[in-house]
Amino acid sequence: MPETRDSITDIWGPRTGFEGQEQWPARIDEHTTEAPDHWVQSACVLCSNGCGVDIGVKDGRIVGVRGRAVDSVNHGRLGPKGLHGWVANNSPDRLTKPLIRRNGQLEEATWEEAMSLIVQKSKDLIAKHTSSSIGFYTSGQLFLEEYYALAIVGKAGLGTPHMDGNTRLCTATAAAALKASFGSDGQPGSYADLDSTEAILHVGHNIASQQTVLWMRILDRLAGPNPPKLVVIDPRRTYTAEKATVHLAPRVGTNIPVMNGLLHLIIEAGHLNHAYIEAHTLGFEELKKTVAKWTPDRVERLTGVPADKLRAAADILGTCKTLVSTVLQGVYQSMQATASAVQVNNLHLLRGLLGHDGSGIYQMNGQPTAQNTRECGADGDLPGFRNWGNETHIQELADLWNVHPDQIPHWAPPTHAMQIWRYCETGSIKMLWISGTNPLVSMPDLARARKILAKEDLFVIVQDAFLTETTKYADVVLPAAIWGEKTGCFTNVGRTVHISHRAVNPPGEARSDFDIFVDYSRRMDFRDQHGAPLLTSTWQTTEDAFNAWRECTRGRPCDYTGMSYAKLSEGSGIQWPCNEEFPDGKKHLYEDGVFATATEYCETYGEDLETGAPRSKEEYQAINPNGRAFLHGVDYEPPHEEPDEQYPLWLTTGRVVFHFHTRTKTGRSKALQDAAPDSFVQLATEDAARYGISEGDMVEVTSRRGRVLEPARVGGIEPGLVFIPFHYGYWDKADRPRAANELTLTEWDPVSKQPHFKYAAVKLRKVHA
Amino acid sequence: MHLATYLGLLEDSEKQLTDAFEHVAEKHRDEPDIEQICQKFSAWSRNHHGQILGFVEKYLEEQEDEPDKLKRDLFARNRSGALALLRDLHDLWLLTQQVQLCWTVIRQAALGLRDEELKACATECAARTKRQTDWLLGRVKQAAPQTLLVAE
Ligand code: SF4
Repeated sequence: MPETRDSITDIWGPRTGFEGQEQWPARIDEHTTEAPDHWVQSACVLCSNGCGVDIGVKDGRIVGVRGRAVDSVNHGRLGPKGLHGWVANNSPDRLTKPLIRRNGQLEEATWEEAMSLIVQKSKDLIAKHTSSSIGFYTSGQLFLEEYYALAIVGKAGLGTPHMDGNTRLCTATAAAALKASFGSDGQPGSYADLDSTEAILHVGHNIASQQTVLWMRILDRLAGPNPPKLVVIDPRRTYTAEKATVHLAPRVGTNIPVMNGLLHLIIEAGHLNHAYIEAHTLGFEELKKTVAKWTPDRVERLTGVPADKLRAAADILGTCKTLVSTVLQGVYQSMQATASAVQVNNLHLLRGLLGHDGSGIYQMNGQPTAQNTRECGADGDLPGFRNWGNETHIQELADLWNVHPDQIPHWAPPTHAMQIWRYCETGSIKMLWISGTNPLVSMPDLARARKILAKEDLFVIVQDAFLTETTKYADVVLPAAIWGEKTGCFTNVGRTVHISHRAVNPPGEARSDFDIFVDYSRRMDFRDQHGAPLLTSTWQTTEDAFNAWRECTRGRPCDYTGMSYAKLSEGSGIQWPCNEEFPDGKKHLYEDGVFATATEYCETYGEDLETGAPRSKEEYQAINPNGRAFLHGVDYEPPHEEPDEQYPLWLTTGRVVFHFHTRTKTGRSKALQDAAPDSFVQLATEDAARYGISEGDMVEVTSRRGRVLEPARVGGIEPGLVFIPFHYGYWDKADRPRAANELTLTEWDPVSKQPHFKYAAVKLRKVHA
Repeated sequence: MHLATYLGLLEDSEKQLTDAFEHVAEKHRDEPDIEQICQKFSAWSRNHHGQILGFVEKYLEEQEDEPDKLKRDLFARNRSGALALLRDLHDLWLLTQQVQLCWTVIRQAALGLRDEELKACATECAARTKRQTDWLLGRVKQAAPQTLLVAE
């Protein structure tokens, strides 16, 4: 059956060189195992790129996918995960019935039993300990209608401040950096900017592995006329770095000195758009002062990046007329995460490279629907990018939901994931509802996370499609329907909204997350001020929820009011804001240099980037940014844990091209699993020689928090640094400790509250198996 | 002239604050955010303390009384349980207020004396003290409802 290309051996496929806005030639990638009897419109949910796909269906089963040639994101192309991940839907080990723990064992139960138990437990806890004893830990993989339902259940129904997603672990810094610079979340550019840009900067973003289809677009630019210059900042020689015009490989934890060094050179050379800085920014002098001490020599001493390479990079970044920058986990999961990420925003602001064709910034997302977790307020944000410090915004939500404003918790910022877990640990959160995520592989310091979920006084609900490392500790497991089995919308990292239609029925009794949250709301009998049922009085279908969501976004930066299920189904991807003024969506934000920083409009009054202390409305008003963007200068701070005699090496963690998240889906696709079957530790040839380790030897890696055993992979990394991919846990292989997060730290960035996965001090030992 | 006396009071207060942040960092290290930030704040206060010492020296001969000492029963060392974090943050906040007010007083004196160096020092240290206070206030606000209403 058609497999148009072998994406396992040739990840990105053949080149079609090009140049020019929207000139990227289409190529339809397809993989089906049987001829479908019909195709159903959707988009891929295996990374934040959100490639448009059609799902092939035969006899009520998914039999494959093909890229949508008309889609603005992927022009028909799909990567290995997109082409092979769907197989997991048909996996024989899908959960098909609710499970309840009885006498220590998870046993099959009916929905009636499972939901009644959850409702009873909730009511008991609220009576005894208030609804602040209930917490939610969700995902970056549900649909927007589901997050919005969850947000209303939590914020208006229960009134608990404890709701966050695993997005905290992957993209919280993206949101924090956008807010800190521009006043609101929302990526300023479009993918089409890559089609004509003169230069591209990737910071801590291994795009070749993470968003293979976006990388194809860049590879095709590199193969066409007038290829863009590529600057890559990454401590590892990744696939992305191999293609770089200039590759800077700083020591772990030194992003700030490198970025400050680049800005210093650019300012010194006068490669500035003075008029833009003057009219549209605040804080230039401060920034200039902060970066001034980062001369190339000083940067070299601290980061190991040769001064001439830094100059070469600054030359490209300082003279290009258009620039697209992307930032991801190498920055977000490191020390000074938010502070480093905003330096990329600074670069664009200093040069006025925003809001026109060819220029944009991607503070990247990892997960496919992380953007919606943030937009809908299913994490530490409020729906519609509203500001928890602004009473008017709270009132708007109260009006939308017809509840008293004080019902919506806004006395402090919504609780962040790491704090939710800490409250579970200390016993003040007594019920944790986990949906669509597998924290017992993805959380830092796993030994501690396991101990928390195992606590007697914590009632754990896990909503998932499969049994996972986390369901082992659940009191109730709810079987969830997934992509292809339910209808809903989601938004990629580029503000592009897709609809994904239901193609097949969920297996057994599995239900969509939407149905589960709405059912909970009905059973809890949540009501608005006038006694009408919350949610259920108006929401029968996800389309009703989408229409309610549209109203919630009216007048906000993420304006969906011009979209509908019908409109989304006619085309293939629409960018917000989409409203009367921009009925087909908008390619660029901030075209006029007016940012979302006006006091009544902004999503945040900002934080002290060094301490995370929130700024008050009064202080913000005193600054009166009124549409101007913030230039933030931040100086370097050394990492909190550094290699020493006992733990002499740096550990960093990251992804491999064939897997997503904790492999609950990709690990069940034979092609993807065979391509990357097991975890490993990658170390430099020099370090391998020092420890007498050869390729394939079993190596024990130990940190202050735990230990793992991994087969060695030698080469392709700087001496002193070792790398372990974060996807691997225990559901399919429990014979040795192998999850990278056994080793990582429970620390976070003070602003974005994103944990520091990217560094930990470790030691190595070869073990004789 | 009582400047030296007040500098003594400030010196003592910054010293207490240095130790108190260190103490809280150590005691609440299981919180995901407390240890690192409180160590940072402790370092800030230590730095302020060092800066004051120079001025204490400078204005020493004019000292009339023994420097005033803060006599407060902050930081009951063996406080424990769910309230402990909130109470410790509360006490830290009080201490930063004490320090802040001292800096305000000293800065006024510096203006009168036209001691540019002392003025610059007071301005810088007061600004950093405010950042300590702001962080503590945010953290207290976050911890308060959970501690008072839910924790046992
Ligand atoms: S790039 Fe991302 S969205 Fe596109 S096919 Fe690959 S995994 Fe799916």
